[in-house]
Amino acid sequence: MTAGYIPRTAPAGHLTFRSEGASTGHGHKHPFERVVADHGATVLRVCRVLLADHDADDAWSEAFLAAMRAYPDLPEAANVEAWLVTIAHRKAIDVLRARRRHPVPVGEIPDGPAGLGVPREDDSGLWQAVRELPDKQRQAVAYHYVADLPYAEVAQILGGTAEAARRAAADGIRNLRKNYPAEAQA
Amino acid sequence: MNEHSDLFPASAEPDTLARLHRRLEDAAEREGLLDVAYRTVDSPVGPLLLAATPRGLVRVAYGIEGHDRVLETLAGSLSPRVLLAPRRLDAAARELEEYFGGQRRAFDLPLDRSLSSGFRLLVQQSLPSIGYGQTRSYREVAELVGNPKAVRAVGTACATNPLPVVVPCHRVLKADGTPGGYVGGPDAKLTLLDLEAAA
Repeated sequence: MTAGYIPRTAPAGHLTFRSEGASTGHGHKHPFERVVADHGATVLRVCRVLLADHDADDAWSEAFLAAMRAYPDLPEAANVEAWLVTIAHRKAIDVLRARRRHPVPVGEIPDGPAGLGVPREDDSGLWQAVRELPDKQRQAVAYHYVADLPYAEVAQILGGTAEAARRAAADGIRNLRKNYPAEAQA
Repeated sequence: MNEHSDLFPASAEPDTLARLHRRLEDAAEREGLLDVAYRTVDSPVGPLLLAATPRGLVRVAYGIEGHDRVLETLAGSLSPRVLLAPRRLDAAARELEEYFGGQRRAFDLPLDRSLSSGFRLLVQQSLPSIGYGQTRSYREVAELVGNPKAVRAVGTACATNPLPVVVPCHRVLKADGTPGGYVGGPDAKLTLLDLEAAA
């Protein structure tokens, strides 16, 4: 992974695992905790591009639970972040479908503390603008620009060619620059 | 870094991630996916790593063993589904705190002994019969398990005890009464012996 601008921070109390890429040399997998510590923040940002906050939390939770279930069978050479983003993509689609079948009545209070003043950087306008993009553009932007996956990997997730993924991401960015101009340059 | 990273500034949201992590811990436990739960506790012998399977406490590790390294080893030998999930270790943490506070003389915890086998397991299972504040020599422990010539093997069994402190290999000394080696280092062994002598 080369998502260099994403800080590898973990919730307090987590152990600091050895630097990414260090091989255990025993031909076995790292503890799943390390997968969460290394990729949890990126996957959350991807989910926030795809879905509103509360739904994004649900998609993150579903994705990491599914990932933990499948983790022992993941090939060791696999790109872990691409694998996680692929799972998050599917879970986000599930959440969206469920929402369309069972729309949340206006004013309903989400269960749990989600959305109740969780501190966020002041970029909610941006996320809103991103979420208003057409599905393919939004997904391509999320997977390429937020998760930093190469277009070949994005195409694997979305279907279609790498070139189509590149075009969708470029169109998405152009629309964003148009719809969210001033703050984006700040 | 990509050319549009100004659009998507990094926002780590540590509070949200901590909350989602707790949710994952609960869901993994509920779904039977939490093969190895762990946490660390502070103690007079430094931070201790505690790890448990659904069957019980499976590993106690000293800082000098390298907690990250121990977790990597557990991922290989037990399951890669290893998650920081303190709740399963609540009872162990509480009993250790009582022990280090001088208020507990024996541990009453379910143990998962799957990291040991054969003669080592036999020796380690016999160690709790050495009472609080008492000590035995490696030779006496060899006699205790019915194999008086296996003094060296008893030493190996103590050195490879996956559950130090809880399974009291620190109560086994050299025949001349000097402490001998210890998985937590000689200072840790002396600290435990002093603690038990004082209580």
